Amino acid sequence: MRSWFLKAGLAASFALALSLSLTLSGQAETPKRGGILTYVIPADGGPSLDGHKETTFAVLHATAPFYSVMVRVNPDNPSSTSDFVCDLCTEIPKPTDNGLTYTFKIRPGVKFHDGTPLTAHDVAASWRRIVSPPPGVSSARANNFVMVDKIEDPDDTTFVITLKFDTLSFMPALADPYAYIYSKAILDKDQHWYEKNIMGSGPFKFVKFEIGQSIEGVRNPDYYHPGQPYLDGFKAIFAPKESVRLDAIRADRAAVEFRSMPPSARDQLIKLLGDKITVQESDWNCGNVLTPNNARPPFDDVRVRKALFLAIDQWKGAQALAKIAVVKTVGGIVFPGSPFAATKEELEKLPGYWPDIEKSRAEARRLLKEAGQENLTFEMLNRNVDQPYGIVGTWLVDEFSKVGMHVTQRVVPTGPWLDAMRRGDFAVALEANCQNVVNPVADSGRYLPHDLYPENFAYHKDPVQVEIYNKMLHETDPVKARVLMRDFENQTIGVGAHQLMVTWWYRIVPMRSYVKGWKISPSHYLNQDLANIWLDQ
Amino acid sequence: MYQYIAKRVLLTIPTLLGAAALVFLLMRLIPGDICLVRLGGGGGSFDPKALVACHTEIGVDRPVIVQFLEFIWGIIRFDFGTSMWSGKPVTTEILARLPISLEIAILGTAVAIAIAIPLGTISALKQNTWIDVAVRIFAIGGIATPSFWLGIMSVLLVLDVSAAITGTPWMPPIDYVPIWKDPIRNLSMAILPAITVGYRYAAVSMRMTRSAMLEVMREDYVRTARAKGLKNKLIVNRHALKNALLPVVTLLGIEFAFLIGGLVVTEQVFNLNGVGRLFVQAVQNQDYTLTQALVMLTVAIFVFTNLLVDLLYGWLDPRIHFA
Repeated sequence: MRSWFLKAGLAASFALALSLSLTLSGQAETPKRGGILTYVIPADGGPSLDGHKETTFAVLHATAPFYSVMVRVNPDNPSSTSDFVCDLCTEIPKPTDNGLTYTFKIRPGVKFHDGTPLTAHDVAASWRRIVSPPPGVSSARANNFVMVDKIEDPDDTTFVITLKFDTLSFMPALADPYAYIYSKAILDKDQHWYEKNIMGSGPFKFVKFEIGQSIEGVRNPDYYHPGQPYLDGFKAIFAPKESVRLDAIRADRAAVEFRSMPPSARDQLIKLLGDKITVQESDWNCGNVLTPNNARPPFDDVRVRKALFLAIDQWKGAQALAKIAVVKTVGGIVFPGSPFAATKEELEKLPGYWPDIEKSRAEARRLLKEAGQENLTFEMLNRNVDQPYGIVGTWLVDEFSKVGMHVTQRVVPTGPWLDAMRRGDFAVALEANCQNVVNPVADSGRYLPHDLYPENFAYHKDPVQVEIYNKMLHETDPVKARVLMRDFENQTIGVGAHQLMVTWWYRIVPMRSYVKGWKISPSHYLNQDLANIWLDQ
Repeated sequence: MYQYIAKRVLLTIPTLLGAAALVFLLMRLIPGDICLVRLGGGGGSFDPKALVACHTEIGVDRPVIVQFLEFIWGIIRFDFGTSMWSGKPVTTEILARLPISLEIAILGTAVAIAIAIPLGTISALKQNTWIDVAVRIFAIGGIATPSFWLGIMSVLLVLDVSAAITGTPWMPPIDYVPIWKDPIRNLSMAILPAITVGYRYAAVSMRMTRSAMLEVMREDYVRTARAKGLKNKLIVNRHALKNALLPVVTLLGIEFAFLIGGLVVTEQVFNLNGVGRLFVQAVQNQDYTLTQALVMLTVAIFVFTNLLVDLLYGWLDPRIHFA
């Protein structure tokens, strides 16, 4: 059953990739060797250089080319949500011991950039640091590995992970792009060394890092994937302002920005550069989430929360917003490209997705009247980031007004925005859910109540929702897990009306047409080691 | 004179400490903290234990009074600590950005002086003629034009003009190279921001030069010089301009100090990795240690620039003595 689901996933992903990519050039061409790729990173520079510790894409876009990982999303098929391949292992093992034990063989002959051999001991030391970091060390995604029981490295080439329970969320979690393999010898001396230094076994060797400005790498001649990397090197320049990045691509100071650009930037570059620019687009594993504070009146009344959702015309709104913002697809709590995602017919049964918006809004007004909230007035907390928070927030205010609600926005910087949500100091918040590898079961954990998932700010109590989730977490049959996912989604949005996914984001990556080999994925965190990129110049 | 300088330098100590205490308290009044921004800023999920570990690592879980005393003790030892965001010493972070900010400040000031003093003087000497009107329009234009708009427009102009002439759009480099490593690349990056900054800066100074010159040219000693038959050029250069420059020098000094850390928008528009951008970044990230150090730097620059300006008064006007 699991293999059937995998095939279904692959087929769905393939269809998605075909339909979404405007241009996927270079597939049949022979890669050319040489050249330096210059790209821009839309950030001021990340905090530390340690992938295990950090969560921002700025760290990953700057450091991924220097590191290997154990398992990754297939770089030749990154739009897939279920195609995982080995990077350092020789093959993805079939689990033994009733699906609890995964025994990986590590590729022989791999060397770190300092010339020392990379063995299973390095892999195990890195994964131990990720799953259960030693005191004083921070691992940002350790909670994704609640299923891991123990990690062993019996010899130089064998790496064993034993699980507490079998779950579909394990393999996507293992393909975490931040799970860099570090040198055990270095970690043994100093667990914090990698925060300020770079030394991996990836396709590029570290050359220099100019603080807050740029990072450079040069081709690793000992790289273990035959023929790769094709580039002689790369230079990544931090450029937080969009106009700079746009001008830089126009003037060929940079060839690409891998995160995403808004539709207007894409259109402008196509207009100015014609066939010198190629655009790849994809649904993005990020979306905005509308979170009413379930613990605060009047949003402690499920009728008011439902009315909030019913006021929104997602189907029409998404089409209009896609012209000006990095959003496009209407979806439920699972990434729309995943086999676990709700179909349009399934979504249309939930409040906030009804196909007949007049009927939906009439029901919203009825619920508000019934709850004694006909003149509901509230403030929506939003983040001072234009794309797409600002645009989506403004659209929502207008949607709410159509059922007689009077809504204002409190737009604040990231720190106060997160702080207000953590303190429960808001009526309704517009937040985001942005993940890397599509991992439907793990990703939907963020909708669990605050006492189980501290970064959920709906502040709701729902034992039924928790029970469904626990069943889903332990379900190993993908078909049954999908049914449970629908129940979970219905409980979250339909029955409890705790939170609503408001339009999924849409990734637009314009690049100079001479950049070949790179394929877009549903996440800006994936496929960034640059090993398969070549320049047609 | 040396006693005067020593007194002024000593006076900076309470000023710096006062600024330090103020910024320390103000930063902590902003809701949220750096660990939240660091782990949750991307919108993804993170392990709650990582948040606790982050608080412990950077020390914000300790009592505020302990943090304050540690901060003051650090200042006394000239140790500004490490950036809470990057983990690098604050001095490393600042020194990495200081060269480009200093270069733009110096070039911008040079552009401003080159424009403001001659045009301001001519404008005053040709008062109420078409030349005066043209210079005043030029000056008002500089004051009224936002520097970010001017910056964006200047880059677009260069892109469009180069595309029209050569068929290939060109823009200045977006990564900084020190002038001693590659002067041409360095100057091609620095020249547009210097002009953008210099124009606005010149506009203000130009109006100040004009009004100061108008005032001085009506002074008795200028009339006396004229009565003695001195040439106009000599009167302007030797007698009038030197005296008229006193308020202009004050203004130039304040503006120069501002340029070191205040070019926030210009640095963003031209992708300059300077102190102004770092300042915004530090505040946005709620990086207390870095913000505190940057405020201290800015205060120190203002204090020392003012001292320098005061010393220049003595050279410009021999009647001024320092006691």
